[in-house]
Order: sequence, then structure tokens, then C-alpha cells
Amino acid sequence: MIETYVKILSNTCITPGIFLLRFSSPGLAAEAKPGQFIMVRVNDGIDPCLRRPFSISGTEEEGVVRVLYKVVGKGTEILSNKRAGDRLSVLGPLGKGFDITDPGQHLFIVAGGIGIAPMFFLSQAVNKKAVTFLAGFRRSDEIMDPASVGIKQDISIATDDGSMGYHGRVTDLLEQEIIKQRDNAIAIYACGPLPMLKALSSISNKYRIPCKVSMETFMACGLGACQGCVVRSASALDQISYYHVCKDGPVFDINEIDWDNI
Amino acid sequence: MTINPDISVLLSSLELKNPVMTASGTFGYGKEFETLFDLNRLGAIVVKGISLKPMKGNPPPRIVETPAGMLNAIGLANIGIEGFLKDKLPWLNTLNTEVIVNIYGHSINEYGELASAFKGVKGVSAIEVNISCPNVDKGGLVFGKDPEMSGRVTETVVKNTDKPVIVKLTPNVSDITQLAKAVEQAGAHALSVINTLTGMAVDINTRRPRLGNISGGLSGPAIKPVALYMVYQTARAVKIPVIGIGGILNAHDALEFMIAGASAVQVGTANFINPRATIEIIEGIGNYCIEKGINKIKDIVGSLITARQG
Repeated sequence: MIETYVKILSNTCITPGIFLLRFSSPGLAAEAKPGQFIMVRVNDGIDPCLRRPFSISGTEEEGVVRVLYKVVGKGTEILSNKRAGDRLSVLGPLGKGFDITDPGQHLFIVAGGIGIAPMFFLSQAVNKKAVTFLAGFRRSDEIMDPASVGIKQDISIATDDGSMGYHGRVTDLLEQEIIKQRDNAIAIYACGPLPMLKALSSISNKYRIPCKVSMETFMACGLGACQGCVVRSASALDQISYYHVCKDGPVFDINEIDWDNI
Repeated sequence: MTINPDISVLLSSLELKNPVMTASGTFGYGKEFETLFDLNRLGAIVVKGISLKPMKGNPPPRIVETPAGMLNAIGLANIGIEGFLKDKLPWLNTLNTEVIVNIYGHSINEYGELASAFKGVKGVSAIEVNISCPNVDKGGLVFGKDPEMSGRVTETVVKNTDKPVIVKLTPNVSDITQLAKAVEQAGAHALSVINTLTGMAVDINTRRPRLGNISGGLSGPAIKPVALYMVYQTARAVKIPVIGIGGILNAHDALEFMIAGASAVQVGTANFINPRATIEIIEGIGNYCIEKGINKIKDIVGSLITARQG
């Protein structure tokens, strides 16, 4: 884990409100694993002052790191105005990522909205054929072309309004696909909004399929020091306990989280 | 011209190699920052507040950013004294810096028990008493807002320890100097000024508070002018050293506090923004001394020149 200033190579709008940031950091690129994140300081001033957490969306040869992000507030707005050549302070890679040393299973990669960001990196790193990549969006104009972020993997799309691909939720599409693969050993790796993760929790239990999910919370330090980024743990039924998303996660086994009380 | 300024400071009997410490709750137990810079360079590490038994903390969301600062309501989540002594202190003792333990109790007795538990413990240089956390139900703040109770907690800790006692004061009172005087009277060796200011934030779309605890403690650059004035007031009201805390981001901020009367400073929220902030502040203080021809940093403490003095 390092804290360093990096030079932006490009920062381009992929689809309205979604940007792809590329910067050079050989140290970070070499160390980064899918599911890990970085904390970015978007300005040198004091408002906003806290760093923003971003999933790593991929790495390129010669030490380039890719970050796909959605403009959601003041911090990401400032970041979206950065140009090639600008400098950024970056801290990372942080957290525990996806375990990709587990071959022999049919892997379902499931993404919802901007939750696709770390899953591009995962799909890049999982070097096997038995992968089905499913991604859900609200509308077709929110879909980003995988090629624009350097990904060759085929992706099955679901849209809430039916404007492209499967008409409905990505978790419904997943269930159809699971039934097709019933005879194989299956695992699900996912990242997306809370309702999607809750639906996955039901699917994972219903079909008894192991499932890992990447979580998102507000964070101040990213290092396990501030204890601000907690989620309720499912491990203690009669006692409340918490995981720190930055250190214990952001990737968790889906059964580790208390989805009813999150 | 000063080539090698002496930037060491003395807090009662506790000597620090420089005046820069990490504020409790913003630096974990130190190890979290281990790979980011040489921790041995710090004046002291003040660890996350420790209670007798482990505490889970408050329901999320626990933090929210506000203009030039942040609100937190962590709720003193910590591993408890046993976990600290077993899992954290041995590693901290391998460092060549002072370790200050921040303690938090639910009753006066508990403060006494905590202080006793650190009696004779090697590698703990001082005790910082948290009587000012705004984020727990029956919090230290019950003690910390009342001069008489603050004095009683202080007395109990002083009686039960062989180490210098620093008491951390809340700014959420009408006159901080009354607290300061009561705590000094009760035997405290130094004061930490200030803890966070109570505040809140609201999500206008959901109409819910932005923090699970509804209210939280405001920290960061937003509170610096308030903290600075309270340090100034406190330093004039007591004879014991005052440690300045509140929105310090850089050496300029730290020097403001020292000129206003702080013998040393703690850096908190800045550790999240720039993990190397403490080191840059130590270097900046050294450079300031060189530039201004100051041989000893101690000489600038409380050196504020006011109009009244001409």
C-alpha cells in the first residue's frame, strides 16, 4: 500500500455521468487485486477535504491503473473536471479483494449500475472460459461499452425499462442462467446497489450457491483507523457486531452480512 | 541563523522529541499507518480511546462529510483494555516514540480501574482522559460538561496512576476555562483542548439524519478558529501545559496554536486527508524555526502579541 501523487493520462466521459480515469502508477498497478480500492484526494483545498474511495477497474501494461466512476456529488464532480497531465494524490491498493485462485467453477459475475467498475477488473483477471458476465442498468443510455474500458468479455445486459437486453432485473436474469448451469459447480461474484445484493442473498440461499459481494459505504480513512465504514455482521444473531468495509472487506461472503438490518 | 532548532517540548514530566501527536480516534493503534511513513518521527501517538470492556460502537452511518470538515459518531468502538494490552501495545512498544493511552469510562470507578490497569505498564508514557466524547449515550460528556464531576474523574485517575495525566476537554460548554481550572485543581498534569463540537446533518430527500446516532462530533478545518480561541483562553487560565487540537492541517495551523498558548498539538482529521500530515507539520515547524531564528520551539509557546501589550 502506498500514498503517492500520480499523473492523469486521461479522464474521459464514457456515457453521460460516467467517467474513465487512467493514471500511471507502476507500484499500485503491480500490487492491485480485483475488488480492492483506492482513496483519492480530488483537490488540494479543504472543501471537500476527505478522500473518496474508488474501486480499481483494471490495470494496463506499463503500470497504468483504470478507475471507472459515476459523478454523484461534489467530489466526483471535481474529479470529472480533471484533465490529462493533472496530478492526484492516491492511496492504495486497500482492502481485501475477490479470491481469484479458485478455478474449476462456473463463475457468474453480476454487476448493477456503476457496481460494474470493479467487475471489469475481475473479468480481466479471471483467466478462464467458464464465466458469465451479467450487468443490470436502469436504461440503455446508462450502459457503457466494455470495449471503451478495454474489456473483451461478452456481457449479458438487463435493463429495468427493457430498452436493451433482458427486460427486468439482473438478478432475475441470473436466476434463469443459473437454472441452465444447474449441473455445474457455480459461484457468484457481485457488486451493485443494496436491493440487488439483498436479492442475491435470497438466490444464493435458495440454490445454495457460494456468493461474494463487494460493499460500498462512506469512508474517511480507508485504513481501518477511523472505524466509520461499518456494516452489520450476520455472525452474531443475538448480539450486534460490525465489519469494517475498508479492512474486513470491501469483498465479503454474502452470508457474513446482516441484510435485514443493514 | 538557527541551523538545528530544538523542537522538543515538555508536558509536565513528559518529554516529547517534537510537539506533534496524533489525536485519539484518528490514528487507530498506529499500525494502520505503519507503511506510510516512519512512525518513530512522531512526538507521540495517542491511541484510540480504550474502555474496560470492548465496545461495538454506534449503528451506521457513522460519518458524514460537511463543508471543510466531517461529523463522526463512532461511539468509541474499541477492543477493550485486555485486547489492547495483549494485541496492540507490544507492537507499539517496538517504536521509538511516546505512546499515550486515551481512556474512557462509564463511571468514575471505571476511570479509576482503567488508570490502575496501566499502572507500571511499560511503554505507556501518559494517560489521556476522555471526558468529552459527545457520541455515547451515558458518555464521558456527562462528566465532562460539569466542572465538579470533571474534577472528580481527574482526581480518581491521578490517584490511581503513576503516569502524567492529560485531560481532554469538551468545547460544548459556555466557559471552557471553568472546566480547565477545575481539572487543574484536581491534579491534572496537562489539558487537551478541544474534543469535537456537537453537530448534525440532514438528508433533505429522505428527511433522515445523516448519522445513525442523529448527532455527531464536528472536526476538521471548519472548527479551527473555534479551537484556537479556546486554546488561547485555556492557556491563559491555567498554569499546566495545554495541547492544542482542532482542524490542524499543516505547520501553519500548528504554529498558530502554539503562539496562542499550546505547548504541543494533536493532529486528527488531517490524518485521513493526508496520512503524512504529521510528518509535514514536524518538518514545517523545524523550517519555521530556522527561518525565524528561533533556537527553541518552547520560546514561541504563548508568545502571542496583542494590541493591549502594544
